[in-house]
Amino acid sequence: MSRVVVVGAGIVGAACAYYAARAEWDVVVIERDQVASGTTSRGEGNLLVSDKGAGPELDLMRLSRRLWLELADELGRDELELDEKGGLVVASMPDSLAALTEFAEGQRSAGVVAQPVEDLRSLEPQLAPGLAGGVFYPEDLQVQPVLATQALLAAAIARGAELRCGTEVLGFTSGGGGDRPIGRPLRLRLGDGSTIDADAVVNAAGPWGSLLGDAFAAPVPVLPRRGFVLVTAPVGPRVRHKVYAADYVANVSSGDAGLQTSCVVEGTRGGTILIGASRERVGFDDTLDPLVVRRLAAQACALFPFLREVPLMRTYRGFRPYCPDHLPVIGPDRRVPGLVHAVGHEGAGIGLAPATGHLVTAMISGALRSRRDPRSPDVLDGVDARAFAPERFASAVTS
Amino acid sequence: MTADVLIIGAGPAGLACAATVLAGGLAVELVDAGHGPGGQYWRHPAPGSPPDSAPGGGTPPGPLRLPRGLRGRGGHPASDDLHHDLGTYRALVARLEEGVAVGRAVTRFGHDVWSLTRDGDGWVAASHDRGAGTERRSRGRVAVIATGAHDVALPFPGWDLPGVFTAGALQALLKGNGVVAGRRVLIAGTGPFLLPVATGLARYGAQVVGIHEAGDPRDWAAHAPAVAQNAGKVWEGLTYAAGLARHRVPVHPRSMVVAARGAGRVQSVTVAGVSETGEPVAGSERDIEVDALGVGWGFSPVIDLAVTVGCRTSMSWSGPVVEVDDDQRASVPRLFVAGETTGVGGATLALREGELAAHRILADLGRPPVSTEARLLRLRVDRSRHKAFAAAMADAHPIPAGWASTLVSETVVCRCEEVPYAAVRRAVVEEGAGDVRQVKQLTRAGMGWCQGRVCEPACRGLVRSLGARSVAEQPGQVRSKGGRGDAPTERLVALPIPLGALADGEVVERSAM
Repeated sequence: MSRVVVVGAGIVGAACAYYAARAEWDVVVIERDQVASGTTSRGEGNLLVSDKGAGPELDLMRLSRRLWLELADELGRDELELDEKGGLVVASMPDSLAALTEFAEGQRSAGVVAQPVEDLRSLEPQLAPGLAGGVFYPEDLQVQPVLATQALLAAAIARGAELRCGTEVLGFTSGGGGDRPIGRPLRLRLGDGSTIDADAVVNAAGPWGSLLGDAFAAPVPVLPRRGFVLVTAPVGPRVRHKVYAADYVANVSSGDAGLQTSCVVEGTRGGTILIGASRERVGFDDTLDPLVVRRLAAQACALFPFLREVPLMRTYRGFRPYCPDHLPVIGPDRRVPGLVHAVGHEGAGIGLAPATGHLVTAMISGALRSRRDPRSPDVLDGVDARAFAPERFASAVTS
Repeated sequence: MTADVLIIGAGPAGLACAATVLAGGLAVELVDAGHGPGGQYWRHPAPGSPPDSAPGGGTPPGPLRLPRGLRGRGGHPASDDLHHDLGTYRALVARLEEGVAVGRAVTRFGHDVWSLTRDGDGWVAASHDRGAGTERRSRGRVAVIATGAHDVALPFPGWDLPGVFTAGALQALLKGNGVVAGRRVLIAGTGPFLLPVATGLARYGAQVVGIHEAGDPRDWAAHAPAVAQNAGKVWEGLTYAAGLARHRVPVHPRSMVVAARGAGRVQSVTVAGVSETGEPVAGSERDIEVDALGVGWGFSPVIDLAVTVGCRTSMSWSGPVVEVDDDQRASVPRLFVAGETTGVGGATLALREGELAAHRILADLGRPPVSTEARLLRLRVDRSRHKAFAAAMADAHPIPAGWASTLVSETVVCRCEEVPYAAVRRAVVEEGAGDVRQVKQLTRAGMGWCQGRVCEPACRGLVRSLGARSVAEQPGQVRSKGGRGDAPTERLVALPIPLGALADGEVVERSAM
């Protein structure tokens, strides 16, 4: 049996471990902290098709959506707290509504269900009056990220995977030579002084993925992009869907390092309201910035006036793994045969995790089966993996 | 306007600090959630608040109304006789009021500070002005965190019944609202704080059926030097002992509450002996009829603001505390911490710490000293003495190691999110949660209104005791050796604030730019 070491026990690492274990790999997950203790636990658990235009990321998300629904059947919908709540994008002004309508048309041609909504308050009775209109995306869904990670890992462990927390991968001492995607086994050096041999190593270290890349002398341009989420006191089921303003899409796809806020408001099972999401590139600076909190509060209150009276109970922040072109890095690294990246999902890692795990498993399995063929499969289940290949950054530099 | 010194918390530490820096000529802004100075220790009834307002769960047989003769102005109990060292309190408040009168002190009572952040070289505290419903920003060149401590509660079957209080809550109801929470009250837990609670209730008419102290005061003998150096404390204890004798309150050492029962309200309490190893002794249980129960397991420092700004903390017997140097300086520049927030040790210690912080602040801001070297030395000696006494008391009054053996699967551990013991046990034993944060992520314990302030000590203890067991019993399971262990929980929002107040604060901020 061939061994794959997955570095990182966040949602992406857990999904890679799960699919690799299902493909009968000998899986070892190595996590320096605890299960889902990084970015995974700092988000809202979104799977959004609504914020993606036609293109490879939307294809990957649509594949992932199918896989999440399969996982719900296999692992239990309640175990994942999977909720097909749907997303409602609202435009306050006629011109932003026109832009949103055009965007939705492009999505529809790519197969997304996007329904124009005129009477917003029939869908969301608490919305502010006077908003121009919106689009409803019934396919947007949500999982509870920590529970989902735990469930995926538990299923992997049931198939023989091993989880080691509290130690980190420092680099490799030997192996990996040759010109094939999977070379001689890599001997990995761990923080506890031990070593472990792996036919394949999956970099699922999220925003710390660039550090791991550096440790393998195979840098990937993943940067942290900070985000705050606000959580209110419980108010009961007063917001039914994920509701966000149309300018959210523009913010997600912006490359600006400065602060951007556009709120996403949604209710939770516990009755609290979650308000995301700010975006700013400030490294791993985790200082509380009350300005961000105030802005998100103001935007949320503008959408849902009842929130004015609702107390903010807590706020948390995390670091999205951000790539300059907003696409994840998924695929073998030619510089170090055996190293496969699965990082850079920015704010979409929860949604994209199963498709990523599925893709990575196909890549390492395919590459190992046919060592003559140095390339990984290009198109899998409707997803063109070339868009995510690590080489894209290298060629950008050389060209 | 930027004050020289921004003080958060107007309890003994904050007041002592304010009075001293005012004496040295500095300008002060003092922010506190309460309606007036004093903190929890010198808690007074709110002016103009309805007297005898019933506490939660204070329905039949209900709170005892005080006889007229015992009520002060506005129908409140004068409550002075419940306080210790009122002379000090009055002197400090007088100096604060003097500062206000000459325009060098600003007080913001009824303000919940939700965040403290850097503001250039200084600090800005953002608070919710509960009266006005707005957000306010208070600035200072240096900041002092003196946010005190709150009760430690531990779950047991029936602890969520109406009529079950923390010992501190019973005290607060009496001092702040003039409410005696029951007619037949049993006091349990551990530590010398149980004594004034019991005597206070007894002198206001409650029948205190007993104090069930899990520790054994005879253990004090092991700390004879620390105790002997604190004659004042011993005298205080003897005063309470005399009070207990006068009201015929029996004290039962090595005894703890293992369950409370009742239909809709606590009606009886089961107590049991405590073994040498801190376990309830099987077969020693007996039931006692009560209509109120107060349990106190000591205090846990309120350190949220300090954690958020990155102060170094350490684990103490009373939970995580902020580390300070000999001058009460935290590990972050221009930030001082005084009182229970640096380690629970009582009001006198808090007073000394507040004053010592003030002396360093005066020097740092270029003011001449207001006290002699001799006084400073005395303050430092006093501080060490009280710290030693607190450590001795903690050692003599540990939380019994076997407290969790009273729990059954259905016992609610987190009351806000209604998380039962079985869920926490599963998270730690089967799912490998290695710290309280992971328990929270998996079970929602600590995610509710109180943000884990109540259930965190329990969850911390359960991670420790169950975690050790799970390694032995479940090798190869999803197992986290990692985890933040004793690292303090981060609460970026120190107290809740309505979104509307924040939203309006955003407008203010924008127009100022």
